[in-house]
Amino acid sequence: MDVTWSAREIIMIENYLPVLIFIVIATVVGGAIMFLGLARIGLGPHVKDAAKESPYECGFEAFEDARMQFDVRYYLVAILFIIFDLEIAFLFPWAVSIREVGLIGFVSMAVFLIILTIGFIYEWKKGALDWD
Amino acid sequence: MLEWAQNFMAAIPPVLLMTVYMFIFVLVLFGCVAYVTLAERKVIGFMQVRIGPNRVGPRGFGQPIADALKLMFKEMILPNDADRFLFRLAPLLSMIPALAAWAVIPFADGWNFADINAGLLYLLAMTSLGIYGVIIAGWASNSKYALLGALRSAAQIVSYEIAMGFALVGVLMASGSLNLGDIVEAQEGNVFTWNWLILFPLFITYLIAGVAETNRAPFDVVEGESEIVAGFHVEYSGMGFALFFLAEYANIILISALTALLFLGGWLSPFPESWSSVPYLGVLLGHGPHMFIAKTCFFIFCFLWFRATFPRYRYDQIMRLGWKVLLPITLIWIFVEGVLLYFELPPWWFD
Repeated sequence: MDVTWSAREIIMIENYLPVLIFIVIATVVGGAIMFLGLARIGLGPHVKDAAKESPYECGFEAFEDARMQFDVRYYLVAILFIIFDLEIAFLFPWAVSIREVGLIGFVSMAVFLIILTIGFIYEWKKGALDWD
Repeated sequence: MLEWAQNFMAAIPPVLLMTVYMFIFVLVLFGCVAYVTLAERKVIGFMQVRIGPNRVGPRGFGQPIADALKLMFKEMILPNDADRFLFRLAPLLSMIPALAAWAVIPFADGWNFADINAGLLYLLAMTSLGIYGVIIAGWASNSKYALLGALRSAAQIVSYEIAMGFALVGVLMASGSLNLGDIVEAQEGNVFTWNWLILFPLFITYLIAGVAETNRAPFDVVEGESEIVAGFHVEYSGMGFALFFLAEYANIILISALTALLFLGGWLSPFPESWSSVPYLGVLLGHGPHMFIAKTCFFIFCFLWFRATFPRYRYDQIMRLGWKVLLPITLIWIFVEGVLLYFELPPWWFD
């Protein structure tokens, strides 16, 4: 088996290896801190008590399930977020190369932005952004 | 195969050295985080004509260490019916991205661990990942307050992420690169060629969105101690709480550092080039990491200042600010900037 990597790939790996190592270190350090706090392993005490381990509810006995239904508007916000975040993802490469793309690149992105702005105005008028 | 093995062996010492450097850096960062918490209590104390913590060590400088030790010896309570695995995973998930983002931050020209050409994209990804910790913590706790806090937090962070992303698009247009070093170098000149002036609306948007992203006052309805006690981390104690706390302050430092890099010229000095030849003082007046750190400290101070000054926003006001004020501002400014750039109008006529 002969693995040959192009120069471009080697540069990629060289550049991104520190990122990977850093993420591993962050995980190890965070994990070590968490490990210190775990019951029985860590430094803290571990005393069982029914009142202590019940979920906090202003001193009352907890009633019903905590994983309840929630307002549909949170869902709406999530959907709107996906649309706009995708838009940002589309804009990134254009923004970096705006000096090179010329008139066609400039106008096509302007059209794209205008269409999305119309969508945004529609959402606004429909009241999707209102929160009361 | 032999050649491959040799190459592999040759790569081990530099990688080990880098690992040691990174480890030291993370420990230093933890130290900074600890002292930002002290700075917060001191600064807010003085703003409210109090002294702040002053018992542990000289002038209270031992306070963060005492706090850390105390948290270490506390029990980490696992609430009834909580998801055992996710409950313990959540603090880690909010801590890791807050640390990992630092891999690409340049402290001075070439002073970073990873000089990648998609630096800003990596940062956007890392700052977005923090939300998973919050929402998993809220769901796994089996507490109504925690779930409400997590939902609020998710919706708020996601809303401000958009304004933040558009502000970043503006920065990319001005600098023409995703590499953080290149972004700083594109601002070279004097104080008025830094991005804060030409991208002023985006600069303000980014700062506000940064405060909202880290769930800091005046956007801290997520914690809202007067209504949902502490929000998503109400059930956490001991080291689990400590990790959330560390992550929050590490994120404050990160957002401050990013604002300094993207809008205030990072390590560039505001003084004229000739001043750096002044004997002795010249080093301090020229470009260098101290400039970057000073600017970062200024923004950290702003975070604390905001908390001491502004009353908390109502939730609908927060959402309105994000969607109906900041988003249109950034959209309009991207249009304006695009036109300016395309027709090579000032300040880009010299490109």
